[in-house]
Formats: sequence, C-alpha cells, structure tokens
Amino acid sequence: MPKFLRSRNWGGLLFLLGALVLAFTFRPWSTNAQTSSDWQSIAAERGLSEADMRAAMMTYTPSGMLDEYVMFASGGHGGQVLVIGLPSMRLLRTIAVFTPEPWQGYGYGVGEETLAGGFIDGQEITWGDTHHPALSETNGEYDGNWLFVGDKANARVAVIDLRDFETKQIVHNPLFLNDHGGTFVTQNSDYVIEGGAYGLPIASEYAPLADYQSSYRGMITFWRFDQAAGRIDYSQSFALELPPYWQDLCDSGKLVSDGWIFCNSFNTEMATGGIQAGNPPFEAGVSRNTTDYLHVINLNGAVSVFESGGAEMVNGFNLIRLETAIANNLLYFIPEPRSPHGVDIAPGGDYIVVSGKLDPHVTIYSFQRIMDAIAAGTSEFDPFGVPVLPLETTMEAQVELGLGPLHTQFDNQGYAYTSLFLDSAIARWSLGGEGYRPQDGWTLQGRIPVQYNVGHIAAAEGDTTSPDGRFLLALNKWSVDRFLSTGPLLPQNFQLIDISQPGDQLQVLYDMPITAAEPHYAQIIAASTLHAWDVYPEVGWDSQTQAVAADAVQPGTEGVTRDGNNVTVRMTVIRSHYNPEWVEIQEGDHVVWTITSLERARDATHGFGVPYYNINLSIEPGESITFEFDATRPGVFSWYCTEFCSALHLEMMGYLTIAPSR
Amino acid sequence: MTANISSAVSLPEKRWLTWLPTLMWIVAAALLLVSITLPYWGMVLQAPQYPGGLRMRVFINTMTGDEDPRLDEVREIDGLNHYIGMQSLYNAAQIERAIALPALLLMAAFLVVAGFWRRRWTWLLTLPALGLPVVFLADLGLWLRYYGQTLDPYAPLSSAIQPFVPPVLGVGVIGQFSTESFVDTGWYLAAGAAALIIVGLFTRWWLAKR
Repeated sequence: MPKFLRSRNWGGLLFLLGALVLAFTFRPWSTNAQTSSDWQSIAAERGLSEADMRAAMMTYTPSGMLDEYVMFASGGHGGQVLVIGLPSMRLLRTIAVFTPEPWQGYGYGVGEETLAGGFIDGQEITWGDTHHPALSETNGEYDGNWLFVGDKANARVAVIDLRDFETKQIVHNPLFLNDHGGTFVTQNSDYVIEGGAYGLPIASEYAPLADYQSSYRGMITFWRFDQAAGRIDYSQSFALELPPYWQDLCDSGKLVSDGWIFCNSFNTEMATGGIQAGNPPFEAGVSRNTTDYLHVINLNGAVSVFESGGAEMVNGFNLIRLETAIANNLLYFIPEPRSPHGVDIAPGGDYIVVSGKLDPHVTIYSFQRIMDAIAAGTSEFDPFGVPVLPLETTMEAQVELGLGPLHTQFDNQGYAYTSLFLDSAIARWSLGGEGYRPQDGWTLQGRIPVQYNVGHIAAAEGDTTSPDGRFLLALNKWSVDRFLSTGPLLPQNFQLIDISQPGDQLQVLYDMPITAAEPHYAQIIAASTLHAWDVYPEVGWDSQTQAVAADAVQPGTEGVTRDGNNVTVRMTVIRSHYNPEWVEIQEGDHVVWTITSLERARDATHGFGVPYYNINLSIEPGESITFEFDATRPGVFSWYCTEFCSALHLEMMGYLTIAPSR
Repeated sequence: MTANISSAVSLPEKRWLTWLPTLMWIVAAALLLVSITLPYWGMVLQAPQYPGGLRMRVFINTMTGDEDPRLDEVREIDGLNHYIGMQSLYNAAQIERAIALPALLLMAAFLVVAGFWRRRWTWLLTLPALGLPVVFLADLGLWLRYYGQTLDPYAPLSSAIQPFVPPVLGVGVIGQFSTESFVDTGWYLAAGAAALIIVGLFTRWWLAKR
C-alpha cells in the first residue's frame, strides 16, 4: 500500500485527485493535439505560407455556410451575367440575358418574347457583349430589386428581376448600334444610362467615312425606368445627340451631384483610321491629343427639355438634338488627360475621378468647382459649339499612381482604388477631401500586384453612397500562369483582395477562373439586401408578368383539344410524371402547349426536352409556361424531364406522336 | 344553538361548491372553443433532402403545413405518398372533418347547459366532450392504419415498401424518412377540458351523496 495512504496523507490524496481532474480536463492523449499538428503538416506538405493560411481562413466557406456578399459580374461576349458569392468565390448562378441558354430554357421555349425585344429590324440577334451591370438604387444605396446590364455589341439594355434572377426585358435604341457606357443608374433608379461608343451616322444609316465630322455622331440614351411596372418605359426614354467623339464610360452623380451625368470620351481627334490607305491606324490616330473631353450632362435639364417637347422623334425614338442641348445648357466639356477610360463618382457625390489610361495620373474634379465654372461662363467652345470649361479651375487634384490607370472604386476608410492595366497592379490612394482622409491628403498609399492586366475592379458596395470596404475584386484579363493549362484559350482571372487593413496592407485572397467570355464590370451587394423567392409564390405563376397566368392549367383539366389545325395541349407536371403522357397530333398542326408545375418544394424543378423540335424548358416549382411550335415533321418524339428531379426521374417521359398528313 | 351555528357555517360552503361544476364546465367549454383554432396532432418527417423537415399539423377539421403558404407541406407529403401508393391525405376523414366544427360547438353548448340545468340526468350531456380526446386519437389511429394498409399495388415503389401502420404517437421509419408524431396544443386543451369535466362530475356526485 502506498505510503501516503498508509499515513493518512490527505494532502497526497488531494494531489492525486487534482492530477486526475487536470488529466481528464486537458486529456493530452486525445486527438486534439494530433489535429493541430495535422493542419500544420498539411500546410507544410502543400507549401502553404502563413499568409496563405490567413487567406484560406478569410475565404473558406464550409458546406452549409452562406456567403456575405453577392457579386453580379458581366459575362462579357457570352451575353450573360454571372452571380458569384463572396468571400467563397463560388459561382451561384448564370443569368442568361442576351444569349439563349438551355439550362434555363431561355430561348428554347422560355423567354422568347424577352429575347425578341432585342432583335433589331426583325434581325435575330442571339449573342450580346454584356459590359456593365448596375444594381437598382434607392437614395444612392443598392435596394436589391433590379439589375440592369448593357450590351456593347448592339447597344441594348436588359432588365433582370432579382426576385427570380431572370431577364424580363431587352430594349434597343434604334438610333445607335453600339454602346460602351452602359449601364449606370441615377440614385433612385429613375433613369438607366446607356452611353455611346464609336461614332456612327444616326440610326446607323449609310454615310461615307469621308463625311465623318458632318454625318457621324455620338449619343447617350436615358432609359426611363418604371419601378412599379419593373420595366423600362420606351416612350418616356430619350437620347441626347453628341459630337462624334467616342463616348466611353459614364457615371451618374449622387447626393450633391444628383441630376448630373459624367462621361468620358476619346477620339476628339475624330480620326477615321485607314491603315490600308497609309493613314495612322485607329490606335494611333485616336491617341494624338494630350487631352480629350469629360462630358458634363445636365440630366434634370434634359428631362425638362424632353418633357416640354424639346425632343425630335427620329426613327421612332425621342432625340434631343445637339443644338437644342447647347441652347438649353445641357452639355459642357472639360479637358481630361488623354484617352481616359473610367469616370467614377466618390461616395459623397462631391468628386469625379478620371483615369487617364495613357497618363500615369488620376485626375480628380470637384463638383462644386464645376458648378462654379458653369456659373462663371466660358468663352471657349469645341468645333460643334459645346462650351468647354477650363481644366485648371475645375480640377481638385492629380495623383500619380502608375501606368495605365483605368477604373476607380471606393471604400469606407476614405481610400480610393484604381486599377493599373499596364503595371498589373491596384493602387490604393487617399481622397484628401473633407469627409474622407484629409489627414493624408491626395496621396498614393500602397500598391498590390495582380495577375494580370487588370481591367475593372469592384469593391463591396463600392459605388454606393456608403461603401462597405473589406473586399475588392480585380477583374483580370489575362491569367497566363495562374491555372493549369487547358490549351491556348485561357480563362479570365477574378482575384479577391482583402482591403480591410489600412495603409499599404493589401492581400490577394483567392483566384477564380472565369470561362464565360470576358467579364467587364461587377457590382457587389450585401447578401442580406437580396430577397429572392425560394419558389414562385403561387402555382400557375407566369414569370414574365410575375402573376398567376390566366392560362395556367388546373389539376384535373389536363388534355389535348383541337380546333381545325390548331391544337392546344394543357399539361401539368409533378414528381414524377407529366399529365397527359401521350400527345397525339397531326402533321401540319400548330401547337400551343401550356405546362404548369404543381410543385411547391424548393428545388423540385422539372425540365421538358423535346428532340428534333429544339425545345427545352426549365419549369420551376409553381411556374406555368406556354410555348408554340409547328408540327412540320411527322414521327414519334419522346420527350423527357431534363432535370434530375426524383428517384423516378428517368421514368418521367412521354410520347409526342405526329401522324403524317394524308 | 349548536345546530344553528353549524348550519350557518356549512350552508355558504355548500352553495359555493354547487357552483363549482358549472364554473369548471364553462371553462371546459371555453377550452374546447379555443382548441378549434389550434392543432390537435402533428407529424414531422425528416429526410436528408428536406433540411428542417416537413411538418404536418392536423386541426379538428383541417390540415396545414408550416406557416409559409408557399411551401404547402401537406401537398408535398401527399406528393411523396403517391410513390408508395398511399391515398391522398385530402380524402381522409372527410365525414369527421365535415361534422367536427358543429359537433364541437354542440359539445361546448352541452357543457354549459349541463352546468346550469341541474337534473339527475343532465350530467350525460358532458359525456361527448369528455370522450373527445380519446375518440380523436382512436379515429386518427384507425385512419392511419387504413392508409398504411391499403396501398395501391401499382404504385411506383409498391415492390419496395410493404404496407405498414404509421404510429399515432412516437417515432416511425418509412423509406428515407423518419417520422415523429405527437399530440399538439389543441388536443391538450381538449384533454384539460376532459379533466375539468371529470372533477365537476365528481363534485356533483359527492354533493348529491351528502
């Protein structure tokens, strides 16, 4: 027997008990200790640095955890919009906009009317080049209701409903055939702005290039958005004729500058290229001048002119002529460093930041100074009679950042961020104005390399009146060595950057390859601001009108009816069958076919794919869809459900039999 | 003198006691009326693809799912049931559901009448309300048994799922679903009413004996 027990050594007993308690509390033999050396050995094995671990912890989102932010990125010439969660950088959704897309059934039986809204003079156009997505705003803050996006290729604008993330409308200004500065919204989404791009004759009619100065024009379109209807009101929209400089990006004023629109331009040289004739090519001809013109447009004034009948109806669209604009003080120019690209308004609406592209500076204009200069008047005019305000008195500051400055975003610490295309870097600089970082003045604070050739950047809520900071996204054009090679066509590279620390502390957190063409701009909204539907509110829902469809099929009324050569198919769908399962018609019939989903469960989506006839629907829970086709080829066509909906999904099919006409 | 004193003390006591059953049966009638708006019975079905589970609540005369009308869970359960050949839940207990509301109103009225109308036989009027909780569960059990036992032999999964008896209370397993059934607030109110009826009956019997 141990001595301490024999001698009634209670102190020794207490010590033993204490030791046992400690041992069971910390359990050194358990796997906890093993786990900590595990992650360290995993890091060592994979060659991860401490900074990498930090990046992983800031972005890793375990299964079931949801993202804090949602990014809407243009899908470039894929004609789509990409929806990506932040900080996980997971692709959440692709929204088909200008391009048919079979998963959503878009263009294969669904959304035909929407797509047709973007056809020009009967010409079917089934691709688009989405450039700049713009979330709808209320008082300069994202409200999470609508998303607009512009198509550079054909000068079109689309409206996306953020209740179901589907495209509802495509509009086209018949006076112009390309745009670049679209879309941007005014601070209450009253107008969606679509800036122009390359000079063209109005309505894209024929005029020889020799007549460029006299017959070609620039243009900006103000689309009136009817919030209650959720649609652009074509008849209340109008365009403004501009000199044939190449208008580039625009931004809408906010707060103090609400009602004013700012657009960049280049090719004030009005060069027409002609490399084959021995002329300087465009790339040189349009870059000769040391300054181009910042366009300052009085939107409130333009609206008054339009409403008082100052617009002309040209080719079915309202156009305010250049002379009218000048006469009514709607348009001013200010010199800006050569071939600028981005123009971005600071969160307070008080500063306008222009990036010089071929100039290493950003130039910051003061809205107040611009207003003072307008009030003071000017004696300088461009060749078309537009008043030109002096750069010297309107400029607040210039900051040298590096080579190829393109686009600027803002955060909540008074910093601005500008992408440097040639340097492949992001510059962080301080806004020296009151309300930002007057203690730092207008100075460069730090730079971070990105991989590679960065175009736009997007900060969390970075172009609202109250940016969130925290994250910045670099939309890099080249990825070169960032991903495994998949051949000569490389993905774009979206890089997430941590901007939460002050000064020059910036860190790249994550690389995401984008294989849907070339995204341009993106906007990042707090996920809590979005209120998407889990399922459509009621059975029989028409997603175009966002109401119960008049022709929705009630269970028990399914069937096929005939009126001459017109056949009506009324069908319901629920796991795991269509009703009816046979549709027997004749060659030469015209078929109007309605399918209503009786499903209410989240994610219980059914497809409807018909071979040969190029039909495929996505019928989401509660949705009712009507499509039409002509039974031109007799035969038997087995349709089936294209979404794996249930255990008996493979059994979910039916036969369309088309008997030959006698 | 002594007799006088004793009767002076016990008489108001007795009078108070004679009103006790009346009060209790009025409360019981009120509980029955409130229970109309509350679920009597519920079932939660858990399966991997339904995070949070599917909920069904059975009221005295109707069935509902969760609060969100967009996700009609009874309909969803009904839809799933068709795979095993179970009949639509909407067809169950149609007569009971049709008469439930007038029957409950009548039971409550009977209680009040029995409370105020003191005849030898009027206690019989409390019996329907007294039996309600037991009759409800017994009827539910019969319907569950009938539904579980009469599966359509031509249903998609009829070869995989054998006829079964869903439990009235407690847990069960069917396919990938685990189920939990329980009595809910409305049934507890009805049971409380039954308890009050019993106490009232006992009081009346005791007073009559004295």
